[in-house]
Amino acid sequence: MNTATQMQENPPLNAPEGDQIVPSVTGEAGTAAHGVKLPIYMDNHATTPMDPRVLEAMVPYFTGKFGNAASRNHGFGWEAEQGVELAREQIAKLIGATAKEIIFTSGATESNNLAIKGIAEMYRERGNHIITEVTEHKAVLDTCKRLEKSGYRVTYLPVKADGLIDLEELKAAMTDKTILVSIMFANNEIGVIQPVAEIGKLCHERNIIFHTDGVQAAGKVPVDVQSMNIDVMSLTAHKMYGPKGVGALYVRRRNPRVQISEQINGGGHERGMRSGTLNVPGIVGFGKAAEIAREEMQQEGERQVALRTRLQQKLEAAIDYTHINGTMEHRLPGNLNMSFVYVEGESLLMGINDIAVSSGSACTSATLEPSYVLKALGLGDDVAHSSIRFGLGRFNTEAEVDYVADKLIDVVLKLRELSPLYEMVKEGIDLSKIEWAAH
Amino acid sequence: MAYSDKVVDHYSNPRNVGTLDKSSTEVGTGLVGAPECGDVMRLQIKVNPETQVIEEAKFKTFGCGSAIASSSLATEWVKGKTIAEAMTISNTDIVKELALPPVKIHCSVLAEDAIRAAIGDWKAKNGVTETAEVAVAK
Repeated sequence: MNTATQMQENPPLNAPEGDQIVPSVTGEAGTAAHGVKLPIYMDNHATTPMDPRVLEAMVPYFTGKFGNAASRNHGFGWEAEQGVELAREQIAKLIGATAKEIIFTSGATESNNLAIKGIAEMYRERGNHIITEVTEHKAVLDTCKRLEKSGYRVTYLPVKADGLIDLEELKAAMTDKTILVSIMFANNEIGVIQPVAEIGKLCHERNIIFHTDGVQAAGKVPVDVQSMNIDVMSLTAHKMYGPKGVGALYVRRRNPRVQISEQINGGGHERGMRSGTLNVPGIVGFGKAAEIAREEMQQEGERQVALRTRLQQKLEAAIDYTHINGTMEHRLPGNLNMSFVYVEGESLLMGINDIAVSSGSACTSATLEPSYVLKALGLGDDVAHSSIRFGLGRFNTEAEVDYVADKLIDVVLKLRELSPLYEMVKEGIDLSKIEWAAH
Repeated sequence: MAYSDKVVDHYSNPRNVGTLDKSSTEVGTGLVGAPECGDVMRLQIKVNPETQVIEEAKFKTFGCGSAIASSSLATEWVKGKTIAEAMTISNTDIVKELALPPVKIHCSVLAEDAIRAAIGDWKAKNGVTETAEVAVAK
């Protein structure tokens, strides 16, 4: 139908031969200015690369020490069990628990399911009310929604503009039917750290079980289940430089003793709370990862804060109309969530294809909805569409931060030249006064 | 998600980026989309009053790579066409040309809307009625 002659008056601007904007995951790593290796991984809230020391600890458990930790009557089983029990202790130590309080699972999604469904079922006679918050991970939200279908009542607390819940609202939501409060320790998108100790105190005063999704926090910031009054906590190895496919649930054994109905039946492993043959190499790796994280936490945290500050300062110095999402005061060391207003997130990611970060833009999600976490902060959808989540990790360097900052500045400025919104704002037009046609 | 080579090309080297004087009677401006939807396109055309040929086209787009590519392509296509010819450009042509995946079809729809909005604005400014336009086109 279209017969337009394609006149291309403008020659391509700066397109070197074979310039490829689509990142090739398997492509050759390049080297760029600053002497960094490309692509750069800066998405450590999604997952972390495994620490070589972790791999080293795991390797013997694949072939030589392959036994089933549940085999009670031969050395192969004992050897595997030893590896598992050491890991249990290493993980317990990271969070101030005892080894017997650590239950191994397949990952944090299972841990969250087990905790919430297991507690809801076990304490059904005491009450049917659960309190959580709107910015939880879907593994918590979807589990709660499922329980709503079976007669439970769930309160989803809102968050303030800084991403934190209001303790007064939590208090007000608690009733004599409340059996469980599930509030995450640190958020996976904006990295904000909830007032966990205060939440734990409120729960214990009212005899309510406190579960926290500690996936992003454990190994990054100090976690102490005793002083923080945490009763149940979900953990996973792959967010702390351990292997994927192994998680844990901390379940308090005294003051009070928490009971959980098992959700997987078959053999009564893990004190009857989670049946199934243990993933011994994965668990050994998880333990090693927890040990390293604990030993290096303070120093590594300080290093990441310095890197993050450098990144933030460089970006803010060169780009106007930026917005930090969530409080900077209570935040994971490696998290920076920033909106580059008037530039759409997916187009930004496309321009920085040699850098792995995430965006809260709708276009990057399966649902075509912008991040529900950012929306919960009261941000306009346009700001959410412009957000980038930087997740700094153990293996990021200052040179990488400099490369990322320079590249981002370059692409944001280029896209701002393309942005009609930026031009309008610069002309003094109030975008909120325009009648946009939503589509 | 993988982008087609043509989307990548338009994103990397967008054609006809810029702004025309929207107060000029020869210029039609189309502003479509909404910031909260993550897509806003502004497409402008400069029309020869004698021939009704679109002599110049400029765009600026806030949106994903496919939205940028769709509007960049739209400016290329409308240039040199008469108003009547430009009205025949449809989003399916854009989808085909850029090999847009289903999830990005709305970008092409928006680009078609932008063309029509720019033409509509030019017509309104110049008091052009549909019949008059057809007459010229013939």
